[in-house]
Amino acid sequence: MKIKILGMGCKKCTNVYENVKKAVEDLKIDAEIVKITDAAKIAEYIMSTPGVVFDDEVIFEGKVPSVEEIKNELSKL
Amino acid sequence: MFGWLDYVARYVVENILNIGVDTAIGSSIHFFIYDSLKIVILLSIMIFSISYVRSYFPPEKTKKILEKYSGVSGNVMASLLGIVTPFCSCSSVPLFIGFVEAGIPLGVTLSFLITSPIVNEAAFAVLLASFGWKIAMLYIISGVIIGVIGGVIIGKLKMEDQVEEYVYEIRSRARKIRKLTQKERLKFAVDNTKDIVKRVWLYILIGIGIGAIIHGYAPEAILAKYAGPNNPLAVIFATIIAVPLYSNALGTIPIAEALIGKGVGIGTALAFMMATTALSFPEAVLIRKVIKPKLIAAFFGITSIAIVITGYLFNILL
Repeated sequence: MKIKILGMGCKKCTNVYENVKKAVEDLKIDAEIVKITDAAKIAEYIMSTPGVVFDDEVIFEGKVPSVEEIKNELSKL
Repeated sequence: MFGWLDYVARYVVENILNIGVDTAIGSSIHFFIYDSLKIVILLSIMIFSISYVRSYFPPEKTKKILEKYSGVSGNVMASLLGIVTPFCSCSSVPLFIGFVEAGIPLGVTLSFLITSPIVNEAAFAVLLASFGWKIAMLYIISGVIIGVIGGVIIGKLKMEDQVEEYVYEIRSRARKIRKLTQKERLKFAVDNTKDIVKRVWLYILIGIGIGAIIHGYAPEAILAKYAGPNNPLAVIFATIIAVPLYSNALGTIPIAEALIGKGVGIGTALAFMMATTALSFPEAVLIRKVIKPKLIAAFFGITSIAIVITGYLFNILL
């Protein structure tokens, strides 16, 4: 699967990236994590950053989800 | 409401430290203890309540509400929603794109973008702690008025061509607004409170520390002469100095409180505070991705002038 981290590069987005990476490693999921910093691409999905998108579905927006929250969502798939 | 805190601070200074509260050092320490406790308590309560209200106004919903208003009522609505919509300056670009895409007029979008950073819940809490309800409410009301006027003027200037062309071509995917449970709303509010308090407490304590020193030691006559309500240039200087101080906005309030006690104009202090949060260089850099320099200049120019005028108004009225 593909996980997109949406954000223009502030500290919050970096934290989200770290948390997602940790969650994916903990659950040993085969996922490609990409950072999207392009404003136009971000705006296609969300209005408030940071955001997390699994494949094409917006899972989190406007907040820094904890590792636990991300794991929880990942295990629902 | 905070009489007991005054008692606690007095007790610490007089009985534990054995210093008179009327001495310079005693009054500084009393100010520091009293103010830090009061501000941290009010800050937590205020951020929690405002965050809870905010959980009802995600940007998607704000956009939907604004689509229904036209003319100046759109500006007023946008300005009011600017207070309650949760959004940090890193989000200003996607939010701007979302509004433009929904067909919300540029002036209305700018009303939102001007008021949102000016009226900030943490600043509101610190103001309330330092100056009481009257000033805290005036701060919100003037933030809204500045946003409405700024947005109306930009709307009249017809600057639609100052938006980067690609913005008009973006089509976002249709999404439904997720409904939150009460538990999720409370969690959102608690998380937000922790997040903000963690980020700002040090600035506030430093600010209170400086305020405490001013409180005990600053020469009243000189301050009143140069920054008092009777010096017409003070407001303009305060606004100009404020712009590069963005990240320390909250720490400036306790300093302002102490300065006002020493005769600095309230309007001058408020203008300083509004300018620290509303006019930030990092935001200008971010927003450049969607709007051209001319519109950025109009945005900043109009906002600064409005802040300066508000500063004068407060100095005259209070």
